[in-house]
Amino acid sequence: MNGEPEKRWNVRAIVLLPYLWLAVFFLTPFVIVLKISLSQTALAQPPYLPVLDLAAGWAGLIEFAKELSVDSYRLLSSDLLYLLSYLKSLQVAAISTIILLAIGYPFAYGIARAPRGLQPLLVMAVVLPFWTSFLIRVYAWINILQRDGLLNDVFLRLQIINAPATWLSSDTAIYIGMVYSYLPFMVLPLYATLEKMDDSLLEAAADLGCPRWKTFWLVTLPLSVRGAVAGALLCFIPIVGEFVIPDLLGGSETLMIGQTLWTEFFSNRDWPVASAIAVMLLALLLAPILVYERLQRRSLEEGR
Amino acid sequence: MKRSASLFNTLSVALGLAFLYLPITILVIYSFNASRLVTLWGGWSLVWYRELLHDVAVQHAAWISLRVAVLSASAATVLGTLAATALTRPGPFRGRLLFSGMAYAPLVMPEVITGLSLLLLFVAINVDRGFWTVVIAHTTLTMCFVTVIVQSRLIEFDRSLEEAAMDLGCPPFKTFLTVTLPLIAPAIAAGWMLAFSLSLDDLVVASFTTGPGATTLPIRIYSEVRLGVKPEINAVCTIMIAVVAVGTIASSLIAKSGAARRQRAALGAQI
Repeated sequence: MNGEPEKRWNVRAIVLLPYLWLAVFFLTPFVIVLKISLSQTALAQPPYLPVLDLAAGWAGLIEFAKELSVDSYRLLSSDLLYLLSYLKSLQVAAISTIILLAIGYPFAYGIARAPRGLQPLLVMAVVLPFWTSFLIRVYAWINILQRDGLLNDVFLRLQIINAPATWLSSDTAIYIGMVYSYLPFMVLPLYATLEKMDDSLLEAAADLGCPRWKTFWLVTLPLSVRGAVAGALLCFIPIVGEFVIPDLLGGSETLMIGQTLWTEFFSNRDWPVASAIAVMLLALLLAPILVYERLQRRSLEEGR
Repeated sequence: MKRSASLFNTLSVALGLAFLYLPITILVIYSFNASRLVTLWGGWSLVWYRELLHDVAVQHAAWISLRVAVLSASAATVLGTLAATALTRPGPFRGRLLFSGMAYAPLVMPEVITGLSLLLLFVAINVDRGFWTVVIAHTTLTMCFVTVIVQSRLIEFDRSLEEAAMDLGCPPFKTFLTVTLPLIAPAIAAGWMLAFSLSLDDLVVASFTTGPGATTLPIRIYSEVRLGVKPEINAVCTIMIAVVAVGTIASSLIAKSGAARRQRAALGAQI
């Protein structure tokens, strides 16, 4: 960059607007969530106490701090319902991510090995469903999985089953929905790393007499680990907090944490507990989010 | 190494694509089903589309969603492009680390958290919830996607073009407008499209931040879907899929013709 001041980019001016926007609408809300998670439910509008009265100055602030309570967190740790909900979310996210890797890897590998001219078309075919509504894609599965739906119809005709089976409102349906909705997020980062891989490495291995499966195991797989990690995080993190898929496809025995938060907020109108759930969920996801961010920043900086 | 498509590779791609497209195809086909029952095929018919013409609630929701999407995508594109520009310039500013953290975090943040926290902000500052709160929420939600897309383009392109302009005495702002902006325009357009479709799609954040009179299309569809499959919803979804498909194909054609034109220009310059 140039040393003369008038030739330099005025980064401060460029960054001002997005910085302010994110500070007001992304950072501040989290502070408020934290604050309300330490409040108590009340039959009032807004439905929590204490309400911070800035007009009262320091005295008001001290009064406010005195009334804060950890009741919501105590409830979260004492009631098994919440713990089970967290565990269920982690379980669904982990299993879904493993299935996604198992399906997404051969898919991405196949695209990366396809003829060069065909590859952009295939990538677009993977991305295209991502542009159609998430809700529509989940809804499409209800058509198929419901009791008088197509899957039962086909299975009955093929005589795989004798009586209509229940597919909807089950964990199976949740997994199908998750894998279906998140597949592009797994395939794209995997494809990006597999496509960039230097073919001469594979040639060298082949020339030295390494069998193909061993080349894959020793060369391709280690080199694609980063894409796999990026894809896995890109799927795992949002799946833990997923609401729409378990709500429309899943059963009602054990709710995922996103559903529990939704119910606390919309049905029970318990804002402090909903906020406490959000804080705990964020705490749970903080480590994977930070790892993902580091990966993201590194890959963008390496592109330079 | 020859890039031969082995049977295994072809099969995994074919199966993957079938998995991605089969459910959507079935949905589209059944939107033309004359029968109300899902398993019963009653012949081709446009009856559910005709029904939609009389469904004022769905039309109203679609109109609101469309306006929210256009406004929030435009705001997100401006903010995201500025953020991407700032992130790719080496100049120092206070809180750079915090900023880059905030710029990427919404990408993976669970929507229930984003929605809840924005709602609590609106309640705390005593704003009536409705159309504009959804616009603000969607701008916040989608700007990080614009940032990432524009940033990857800014990293790719040839910085020496900018430096040449500035060395010749062009001020930075004018350089940005006349050199940088045209070069990153395709990425900005792609960012806008993505922000638009994400906004059109969002249920969770909109549910938290909306108010009376601002029911978006996904909220409407969701409340209908919870009661079971309805053929009218199949028709709504088919229309949305058609709009998205036409938009995507058109934009990729435009991008392609632009690339072809640039290539021809480059060839012409060589000759």
